[in-house]
Amino acid sequence: MNPPFAILAIVQEGSETAVEIAFEPFLPGLILLFPLLGFLVNGALALVSGKRAADVARAGGEWTLPENDRPSTHILPSLVGPGVLFAAFAIVAANFLRMQGAGFESPVVVTYWSWIVTSTFEAAASLQLDQLSMVMMLVVTGVGFLIHVFSVGYMKDDPSYPRYFAYLNLFVFFMLVLVSGASFPIMFVGWEGVGLCSYLLIGFWFKDRENADAGKKAFIVNRIGDVGFLIAMFLLYNKFHTLDFGPVFASAPDTLIYGGSLVTAVTLFLLLGAVGKSAQIPLYVWLPDAMAGPTPVSALIHAATMVTAGVYMVTRTSVLFALAPVGGLVVAGIGALTALFAATIALAQYDIKKVLAYSTVSQLGYMFLGVGVGAYTAGVFHLMTHAFFKALLFLGSGAVIYSIHHALHHTHKDWDAQDMRNMGGLRKHLPVTCVTMWVATLAIAGIWPFAGFFSKDEIIWYAGAAAEGPHTAWYVLFWAMSLVTAMMTAFYMTRMMIMTFHGENRTGEAERKHLHEPPPTMTVPLIVLAVLSLLGGWINVPEALKQSWIGMFGALPMSEWLHHWLEPVVGMAVEIRADHVGEFAKSAPLGGGEVVWAGLSTLMAIAVVVASVAFVRKWVILPATESAEPAGGVRRLLYRKWCVDELYDRVVVRPIVAGSRFLWKVVDAGIVDGLVNVTGSLSRAFGFVGSMFQTGAVNTYAFILTAGVVLILWAVAL
Amino acid sequence: MVIDFSSNLDYVRALLPEIILCVWGMVVLMAGVWRGESSEEGPRAEGLGWLALVGVAFAAVANGWLHGVREVGTDGMIAVDGFRLFSNWIFLTAALLGMLVSFAYVYRQRLQAGEYYALMLFSVAGMMFMAGARNLIVVFLGLEVMSIAVYALSAFNRRDRRSAEAGLKYFILGAFSTGFFLYGIALTYGATGSTHLPTIALAVSNGTAHGALLLFGVALMGVGFAFKVSAVPFHMWAPDVYEGAPSPVTAFMSAGVKAAAFAAFFRVFLVSFQGAYESWYGVMWWLSATTMVGANLIALVQTNVKRMLAYSSIAHGGYLLVAITAANQASAGAALFYLLVYTVMNISAFAVVIAVSNHGEERLEFEDYAGLGRNQPGLALLLTLFLLSLAGFPGTGGFMAKFQLLLGAMDAQLWVLSVILVLSTVVSYAYYLRLAWYTWMRDPADGGSPLPVYLPIGMRLALVVGAAVVIWLGLFPGSVLDLARASAAGLGVAGPMVEILH
Repeated sequence: MNPPFAILAIVQEGSETAVEIAFEPFLPGLILLFPLLGFLVNGALALVSGKRAADVARAGGEWTLPENDRPSTHILPSLVGPGVLFAAFAIVAANFLRMQGAGFESPVVVTYWSWIVTSTFEAAASLQLDQLSMVMMLVVTGVGFLIHVFSVGYMKDDPSYPRYFAYLNLFVFFMLVLVSGASFPIMFVGWEGVGLCSYLLIGFWFKDRENADAGKKAFIVNRIGDVGFLIAMFLLYNKFHTLDFGPVFASAPDTLIYGGSLVTAVTLFLLLGAVGKSAQIPLYVWLPDAMAGPTPVSALIHAATMVTAGVYMVTRTSVLFALAPVGGLVVAGIGALTALFAATIALAQYDIKKVLAYSTVSQLGYMFLGVGVGAYTAGVFHLMTHAFFKALLFLGSGAVIYSIHHALHHTHKDWDAQDMRNMGGLRKHLPVTCVTMWVATLAIAGIWPFAGFFSKDEIIWYAGAAAEGPHTAWYVLFWAMSLVTAMMTAFYMTRMMIMTFHGENRTGEAERKHLHEPPPTMTVPLIVLAVLSLLGGWINVPEALKQSWIGMFGALPMSEWLHHWLEPVVGMAVEIRADHVGEFAKSAPLGGGEVVWAGLSTLMAIAVVVASVAFVRKWVILPATESAEPAGGVRRLLYRKWCVDELYDRVVVRPIVAGSRFLWKVVDAGIVDGLVNVTGSLSRAFGFVGSMFQTGAVNTYAFILTAGVVLILWAVAL
Repeated sequence: MVIDFSSNLDYVRALLPEIILCVWGMVVLMAGVWRGESSEEGPRAEGLGWLALVGVAFAAVANGWLHGVREVGTDGMIAVDGFRLFSNWIFLTAALLGMLVSFAYVYRQRLQAGEYYALMLFSVAGMMFMAGARNLIVVFLGLEVMSIAVYALSAFNRRDRRSAEAGLKYFILGAFSTGFFLYGIALTYGATGSTHLPTIALAVSNGTAHGALLLFGVALMGVGFAFKVSAVPFHMWAPDVYEGAPSPVTAFMSAGVKAAAFAAFFRVFLVSFQGAYESWYGVMWWLSATTMVGANLIALVQTNVKRMLAYSSIAHGGYLLVAITAANQASAGAALFYLLVYTVMNISAFAVVIAVSNHGEERLEFEDYAGLGRNQPGLALLLTLFLLSLAGFPGTGGFMAKFQLLLGAMDAQLWVLSVILVLSTVVSYAYYLRLAWYTWMRDPADGGSPLPVYLPIGMRLALVVGAAVVIWLGLFPGSVLDLARASAAGLGVAGPMVEILH
């Protein structure tokens, strides 16, 4: 029995005998049902309020939200939207606690009904409850709940308030389907569903052409990735005759050849899907544009949850990626390249949300690097901490934009509320936002003891440690790239913070007195997320570092908790890797242990932050209307985002449009339509001739009848 | 319960649905007489309609009861097998829907309600005789019982000249073709010495039948059936009669009469004459091909909705002739399923036509449907659904039915005929969707005065049932399809006849 299979045997044995209390899922269906219910209720409210607006519009007016006396359609969503999320979160938490008490090792699959049944293929609507889906569900419902609460404040003046919450609830439903589905088809349903909601929410203010275009772009780019996902599913089905996670992963080590072409193809196609959804090179272009949606949407969908689906998917299918070293290498390479590339763009952006968008792309690159080198736990760990601090950063930017927007609105000034050149000195006006965002900044910069330090450092460490195996040169390169990216991250985040919160205020004299902290519905989620961004990393301090300063000299109650927690999910993949490549090395490519490098990286991050504070504060920044586009070569190129959008436009979009025009005008309208029209005319001509026999005279009919009889008799007599 | 036709009581049991219908027909007739000239007042006439429906319900109960009866041997003149019972369900469906759509028409046009519904019941009894007959004489009796009732129904609106003309035309041409049919029976009897279908089958297959006599017998009976299913070139009566007859009658007979004729057609040709397959196969092939092509092409140029639906009905007959040409087990099951779906969707489509024509013979041109989508979106939606189903749009019962027919044809390796079926279906989309286009896209010529549409409860019921069945059979055809296949299995079709040919 080969080792991976032996692990499986132990797992199965364990679940049968050694378990004291079996894990009994607690109402798992309700976790999904609550957000769906929220969608239905809010959707109904949206229909009611939409009809009212349409009625007013038909009468020639424009419906505006009454200032004080809000209609019930705009009050109920405030309760229903976050309420269903809280209920779902409570059930997830209850399941989480039960799972901890129980000694269960294999996933619990809850089947509801058979979904697709044919003679050769069956797919059931079933959920898989295991450690990975539990972590994901905690993040989705927990962070999701905070963002819903924030939205109550942020969106309350929007005429389409109920529609917003309907979409948001629907998104959470599909995201939960994605992370808890027990088979590829179910996962795909969630995968497409979140894509749909993302599209709807990016284009939420669809009356602006730009927003609608951004939604369309996200949708189309994601379709490219989805083709990959589908092809991977077909390949898997062709081999395994099932698409349920359990049987596929259990038999994969025996059925698939290590490094074989099939498993490599499957992983590369899966990767194409992941690259689309998680905005990696070359399909990252949609994510920065996606910031056209409301800011809490950016926080929930385009930072904390949906875009991490690719990372989740690679972790879920870790067995396949472990069997395909090339697939893993490509994942790591794309991750490292994206991390660096997006970070460079973030250096030169002025739009606060664009900075955060490219930062998200960059951090997702880190996660890909992690899962690519085989450090699945590290990838999921960073996914989780990133959800905390990036959601915080986006919500914080939302608070800033909210406040600036209101100030500009008061004085009717036509300035861009998202441009950092119009900000500055907001520390005095939004103290809570400023402090919490600094916590997140230190976390993302990777400074001890904030959450990002532990997760990012682990990924960098594993990238270096992977260099011990094959493809040494590549992994050393990735490791170096990830280190450089870490420095850049520290810089652009500090730059953003200084430009936004420090120095002189550039918003304008009249506007300044209207700047103030947003209401508690918005600040409280910020504070909760700040606490999580501070503490979130402590759950996975490496065992080896527990006694050092990093682990606070043993003061933390647990070490490598997440690592142990996810062991049953990724254990087989780790085993396969250890079998073929060997254990991860215990030192970085340049020598030195984990403590040394961790210390080095946090010191470097601190140094960069301090240096950039000093550096950026000396800049003379003018408001956006008074400043021109950067003139210098590199800065201009970075500001223009390496001109990738323009490149895609020239190379991909325009040729396709030209080809389509040819097909339309010449092939379709000319040749095909011509043929169709000729056929149609001929048919009608025949019809006219045929109907001429229909004289209405009975003797004609009798004659034709008789002729038919003669014809038939003649035919049979032959 | 077991039936072996050893006593005459067994015949009473086996014919229970028919007996109930005949007796109930007389009850309705008498009720109509006793209640006087009921056509003056709506509700009274409607009451007679409901009374007739009670009879249909009783017959349905009897038919359901027969499912539990087992027949021993094939000596009886009437069959008690799945094929007959499933066919009976089709006729009962046709009767149910046909009566429901008649209610308002009957009293608005001042038709004699008692006679009207009684004739419908009698014709359904005739249909049942045809589907269950195991003897050519019984087939003929059923045919005549059904036909005479339908002739009378066609001419029922005696105040309308077109109706009278339709009845007369139908009668003359029907009598003409019945002559051929009867002659065919006589020749077959001469060739085989029997009118009992299993005996004929035995004589035909073991070669004891007289060759030339049999051939002409088969050919002439084929003509008779072809006339009843209105196959080209024996279809000439159909457009005129369908257009001239009262609309509910057209709805009823375009579905019911066709289903009954096909049921007998199947039993006679696929059971009795299967031994002579190679001699009638070619004729059927050409009949079905010309019917599909001819009817669909002529339907393209129609401007009258009833006429368009008449040609559509002829075209559907062509599709079903493919099943007879294929002559295998799969096709027989598919044809039963098809007849059921066709009955429902065709009468439902007519229901919308009747509603739009204001329960009379007005507003029957395509032009009259302009603006319907705006004024009556619900009705227009239903019409579109039924038209799509008639065309065979995926997701509707019509698609499933046509798909099954196609599978049967493929099974028999009728490649060319399959291609013709698909291509003529494509052509049919043109005229079905043209009506839908008028409904939704055209503005009415007179600037859009809303069409008054009256939907009494019976009509609503028919529309809802029709829509539900069409969607249900389109999405979940499994159980009904299985029943149809199992029913056809009892017929004893030999299987792929194509082997005889090659």
